[in-house]
Amino acid sequence: MTVFLRSVSAEFAKIFTTRLWWILAMILFCYIGLLAGGLAALFSAIQTGVISPDAVNTGGGPTNFGSLPPLIYSFASSVGYVFPVLLGALATTGEFRHQTLTPTFLATPRRGVVLAAKTVTLILIGAGFGIVALAASVGLGGGVLSAFGVDALLLDTETWLLVARTLLAMGLWAAIGVGLGVLVPNQVASIVIVLAFTQFVEPLLRLAASFLEVTAKIGNFLPGAASDALVGASVFTIANPVGAAPLNWWQGGLVLLGYALVATVIGYAASWKKDVT
Amino acid sequence: MPTGAVIEFTSISKRFGAVAAVNDLSFTVEPGRVTGFLGPNGAGKTTSLRILLGLVAASSGTATFGGVRYRDLPHPLKTVGAALEAASFHPGRTARSHLGVYAIAAGLPRTRVMEVLTQVGLAAHAAQRVGGYSLGMRQRLGLAYALLGDPGVLVLDEPINGLDPEGIRWIRGFLRDMAAEGRTVLVSSHLLSEVAQSVDDVVIIARGELVHRGPLSSVDTDAAPQTIVDSPDRENLAATLTAAGISFSIGRTGLLAATGDPAMLGHLAFEAGVELSVLHRQKVGLEDSFLALVGGGHSL
Repeated sequence: MTVFLRSVSAEFAKIFTTRLWWILAMILFCYIGLLAGGLAALFSAIQTGVISPDAVNTGGGPTNFGSLPPLIYSFASSVGYVFPVLLGALATTGEFRHQTLTPTFLATPRRGVVLAAKTVTLILIGAGFGIVALAASVGLGGGVLSAFGVDALLLDTETWLLVARTLLAMGLWAAIGVGLGVLVPNQVASIVIVLAFTQFVEPLLRLAASFLEVTAKIGNFLPGAASDALVGASVFTIANPVGAAPLNWWQGGLVLLGYALVATVIGYAASWKKDVT
Repeated sequence: MPTGAVIEFTSISKRFGAVAAVNDLSFTVEPGRVTGFLGPNGAGKTTSLRILLGLVAASSGTATFGGVRYRDLPHPLKTVGAALEAASFHPGRTARSHLGVYAIAAGLPRTRVMEVLTQVGLAAHAAQRVGGYSLGMRQRLGLAYALLGDPGVLVLDEPINGLDPEGIRWIRGFLRDMAAEGRTVLVSSHLLSEVAQSVDDVVIIARGELVHRGPLSSVDTDAAPQTIVDSPDRENLAATLTAAGISFSIGRTGLLAATGDPAMLGHLAFEAGVELSVLHRQKVGLEDSFLALVGGGHSL
């Protein structure tokens, strides 16, 4: 147990002794702040009639976004999740790239312990990224909502449950990043996969899957959809309101955990416990 | 003072596909001595050391420290310090935080970090990012990592590569000091001359197999002694040698006679009335003996 705790502590030190974590955290804050603040302004302007209903392009449909605060706050995970994945993948592939597996395994020869410690560490730091993202979406987004006179629901239990589930989701995404890193140790390939999958492949798959009832159910098990189910709100659900009923929040969480575990276990066998040359 | 443990390789073999990188390698390394682990590049030195340290899995055989495999050591860094050839650093980390990470992992006091950086002469560069280090500084940082746990056993892969002359002199003294304190010191090199001044024992491998082991002096096998002899009247000298039944070849600086006895040649020439201009025993160097052992210098 002490070996495990030391390993966790060393993994924390690894993250915080390079610049990557705060660069990513800063971009995350600005990106989510801009999106959540900007869209909070747009949506509440429409909902409160600051923008004249006549000017709104409704395509004949109603202009009802439902309750705005959860939608705005969920930007922290529905858009921000790529950051903990990147951090997790870079933390793992960096060990291969810079050959730091050698000193790591010399100090802690139990490789499974090291990988478990890395996963636990990244889950916690991923949750930390969740705090940064929520500071942007709830802090800035909520501020903008209040400025437009929309109730930011900051005293609502539901809001704080959403915050808690967002932290969990961001932690799990970081664990998926670690799993991806051992599955694809090549750093460039890993980054390309993260960006291509999260920014293009998955959104398109979710859209395509939503057209048929059968595929819509399968689409719910895509990691991004599972994450949105866990958090309980997402901009993707207003963009595409016709899909199958999403998973329960806990089901979404289990699906995310499953992705992380499967990737990590396969990656452990495929790269982590192989010869370090 | 930490005490050294005996390093024991027992029938270690390692195959990469059909290629045998190491084949049935067995030897021991004693504490209190510096042992040179020698062989041409590609002989299997680094693979053997990585097997010893649990970084590479042997196809068969075991390698232990005092009977314990590396991965089973209760306090690996306090028992064995290793510096391997590869530059294993994150370039964005400072030397101090690099060592700090592993001090935490091994449960060592953080004060050790500056102690070892001072010991290897990097204290002034402790807060500098490793990406800006020269090759020699990286070698020293690797050594600092090996010393972190004040271990009784040191395993160093090509520690002299990339050091400047001052650094080479420093590390030679350092290796001697470590052994004098009773530690086990195993140092690999592809050049015997590089470590000849600091090693007590040698283990020589070629093509993954043990070809020689013993004290350094045992390498100096003078199997085919030669004496260089020359005369202003070289033809007459050659005839004299032939008449005496001594075979010779013609070298750049005279005749290379197949004998280790210059006095005998001198007497022969004196009796034949041949004037000599050169007469000296050809010294076969350590490096030549080493090359003969490992089968020629093609890979050097």
